[in-house]
Amino acid sequence: MGDWKTITVPVLSSDSKTIFQYTSEKKVTPPGMNSQVLRLPLPSSKSIHSSFSAFCTEDNIEQSISYLNRELTTLGFPSIYMESKGKEVNLISMINCMNELLVLQHKNLRAQEEVEMQHLKLGSDMDHLQNCYAKLKEQLELSKREIVGLQERDRQLQSKNRNLHQLLKNEKDEVQKLQNIISSRATQYNHDMKRKEREYNKLKERLHQLVMNKKDKKIAMEVLNYVGRADGKRGAWRTDKTEARNEEEMYKVLLSDYEQRQKQLLVENAELKKVLQQMKKEIISLLPPQKQKAKERSEDGPVLSDLEEDIGELNKENMWELSCETVREQLTNSIRKQWRMLKNHVEKLDNQVSRVHSEALDEKDVISREDHELETEKLELEIQQCKEMIKTQQQLLQQQLMSPCDDDTTLLLQDCYLLEERERLQEEWRLFREQKKNFEKERRSFTEAAIRLGLERKAFEEDRGAWLKQQFLSISTDYKHSENVTTPSAFLGSSDQDNRLPKSTSQQRKSHCMLNGPVSAEPCQTSQYTIHNSSSTVSKKPTGNSKPNQWVESDKEETK
Amino acid sequence: MNFSELFKLSGLLARFSPDGKCLASCVQYQLVVRDVSTLQILQLYTCLDQIQHIEWSSDSLFILCAMYKRGIVQVWSLEQPAWHCKIDEGSAGLVASCWSPDGRHILNTTEFHLRITVWSLCTKSVSYIKYPKACQQGLVFSRDGRYMAVAERRDCKDFISIFVCTDWHLLRHFDTETQDLCGIEWSPNGCVLAAWDSCLEYKILLYSLDGRLLSTYQAYQWSLGIKSIAWSPSSQFLAVGSYDEKVRILNHVTWKKITEFEHPATIVNTKAIVYKEVEKSPSVETERLSFPPTRALASSLFSTQSKYEISQVPVSLQYVKPVADRANPKMGIGMMAFSPDNCFLATKNDSSPHTVWIWELQRLQLCAVLEQLGAIQAWQWEPRRSRLAVCTGSSRVYLWAPAGCLAVQVPTEADFQITAISWHPSGDSMALLSKDNFCVCYLEREE
Repeated sequence: MGDWKTITVPVLSSDSKTIFQYTSEKKVTPPGMNSQVLRLPLPSSKSIHSSFSAFCTEDNIEQSISYLNRELTTLGFPSIYMESKGKEVNLISMINCMNELLVLQHKNLRAQEEVEMQHLKLGSDMDHLQNCYAKLKEQLELSKREIVGLQERDRQLQSKNRNLHQLLKNEKDEVQKLQNIISSRATQYNHDMKRKEREYNKLKERLHQLVMNKKDKKIAMEVLNYVGRADGKRGAWRTDKTEARNEEEMYKVLLSDYEQRQKQLLVENAELKKVLQQMKKEIISLLPPQKQKAKERSEDGPVLSDLEEDIGELNKENMWELSCETVREQLTNSIRKQWRMLKNHVEKLDNQVSRVHSEALDEKDVISREDHELETEKLELEIQQCKEMIKTQQQLLQQQLMSPCDDDTTLLLQDCYLLEERERLQEEWRLFREQKKNFEKERRSFTEAAIRLGLERKAFEEDRGAWLKQQFLSISTDYKHSENVTTPSAFLGSSDQDNRLPKSTSQQRKSHCMLNGPVSAEPCQTSQYTIHNSSSTVSKKPTGNSKPNQWVESDKEETK
Repeated sequence: MNFSELFKLSGLLARFSPDGKCLASCVQYQLVVRDVSTLQILQLYTCLDQIQHIEWSSDSLFILCAMYKRGIVQVWSLEQPAWHCKIDEGSAGLVASCWSPDGRHILNTTEFHLRITVWSLCTKSVSYIKYPKACQQGLVFSRDGRYMAVAERRDCKDFISIFVCTDWHLLRHFDTETQDLCGIEWSPNGCVLAAWDSCLEYKILLYSLDGRLLSTYQAYQWSLGIKSIAWSPSSQFLAVGSYDEKVRILNHVTWKKITEFEHPATIVNTKAIVYKEVEKSPSVETERLSFPPTRALASSLFSTQSKYEISQVPVSLQYVKPVADRANPKMGIGMMAFSPDNCFLATKNDSSPHTVWIWELQRLQLCAVLEQLGAIQAWQWEPRRSRLAVCTGSSRVYLWAPAGCLAVQVPTEADFQITAISWHPSGDSMALLSKDNFCVCYLEREE
């Protein structure tokens, strides 16, 4: 087109200034025009003016108009000249053209804006993508390096593995070799041993011969007299009969042992069969009846009939006779079947439960979950309440233990505890005093009884003395009176006081007879007796006053 | 528990009579028979030489005294003290002597195991059993006393002969598939005979009474094998203890292993109770010390009291590493015993010689572990109940029952190191034997 720099375009109107100001911001050049003109920064209006005035001056109005017309027509605008002539400028068309140009300019500006916006966006995108790309490249590098490292490690481990395998193989070979060596040495030793043993046997035979040949009378048995057999029977000759009997005995022993074992095994078998039957029944009961029926229906007749047959057969027959293979197999097979069914059932239930946890579509499921949640809430509430209770109790306890402020209450409390203890102690004291009283009573009664006994003894002694005197006198006078020398049993029968303690007193009196009746011995005896008595009262528990008689007797027996 | 005073003893020879009335003990040449409840001397017999072995006859009427050096066996009667019997093996020599189950025959094994002579006390007959095997346990009687099994070796092969004890008739004679038969043992019901090989080969063979091979069991090869076996009293189980410190239990129906019991050096993760014996230092009141110190005071000062403490698992036991290049290493299960009610099995691992392991058979689990201060010398189950008495060479006897464990100090003045225990057949008392003395311990009867 021409070099715009040289032509000075005069400024047409104030509007064009703004337009140019507008355009000065844009960097995009319209097609065909020299970019340099528009790219020129036109900050000040003066420069705009100068550039505008550069194009059209007073001299070249015609040329510039014709030029503009040419340009516009080439751009597709209508001509700015009047139709017929060529020199007249059609103002309307020129204004239209100008308007069109302005609109075009606006459009172009807008387009430029958009394009620039997009350009920015694309630029930022590209930056971002470049960053990503850089990062990914780094990562790729890293992972490549890692892979290489891992591959290296893998290679090393594999080589190690191979080495270890090799070592293992070597070890195994060595072990095998050693075993072979051992076995060969063992055979060698066995052979040598056998040789030595044969030699030894020969020596033994020789020695045996020598020993037998010597026939020294020393090898003999000297017995005072022969002893009878342990079972009292006489010895028997060794005959075929006895041999046969021995064999029989041996087989009997073996047979009895086997029979016993078989019995045990039968019992065990029966028990196990019972257990299996029970298990089968329980499994059948566990399985839900519908499922079972469905199963049975699905599996058709044979299964159902089999089960029924099984149940029928095994219930009918006697347990003890179920020993044949087929029945046993049937039982085990049926149990296996039932067990499998139960297993499937349980698995199904498991699946259902897991489904319940994951989904919540089915109403039933929702309700159950709600129930579950309600329950959990209730439980949580309970837990909370319990926790609070525990806390309050703990606090109370704390308060109780560590409340130094209120002395009165603490004292009261302490007093309460002490009171309890005191009361307990008082109870125990009371019991103890009661027991002591009982002891005392019994001791008194014992001492009284002892004193009584002593007195009785004295009385007896006196009586005896008197009687002996009488005897003596009577003997000297009349011989017949000697028949009256009865033992102290007469005294036993007559004395009423001794009725309660008949046995004991008789023993006492017997002892006195033995002692030749020195009076001095009595107090010793009685004192001994009381000592024993008191010791017995101390050691034994009080059981009432009815017992002392028996005790006294037993004590006396002890002292004897 | 009451303890009697110490009596002299030699050779750990103190035996209760089978009927439980008498106790026979040896002091050098003399045989002393005492009454069990009063320990008063009932009879005193003098033998010709130092006694090496005594044995009561099954009816408690006779006692045999064997003197191996002189090759003489003397038999004494309790009913008639004047009766005497002397069996002289002369130049044949004597290495072992025992009664037959009927109490009227004596079986003498001559030197070098040349033969076994059966002397009869009822008749003038003498029987010989040739080629007996010189092994750990080559002559066994069944529990009911009807049959006797003898291990034999002819032409470098092992055989077993079964005799009927009534007339010494040979019932069965069969060979065994062993390299070197080490021992045989009847099951308590008398129907099965277990025969095991020497420790160079782990093999145990089970024969029926009529000589049929019922089963063979071999746990492993090449390593040292069986060290000890024990039948359970009901014949249901056979416990096999081996050098690999494990006990394998076989069942009597299939003769297959039902379980193994391990004896590791450290016990972890067990529900068993571990009793550890700890020493209590004796408390001495300094005021009561007198000079010169009385005997009782001296012994009480130096005798250490001990009690049991329960240790928490994990427990590490005293472990003695066996010397590698010696024969018969001190490792493996050397002692095993079933309780008479078939509920418990006591085992001892020779590499932890201070430990007693007690296993419960109902649950096949370890039930209790006793860790002692001294090495276990001997133990014996009470014949009627499940009570185990253990001695470790100290002057204490240890009793274990399912209810608990007890260490009892024997109140003696002298030095008394218990190395053997013998229960009375009724379980009311037991004899504690040491090298030179013995004492009888009377237990309170539980109501």
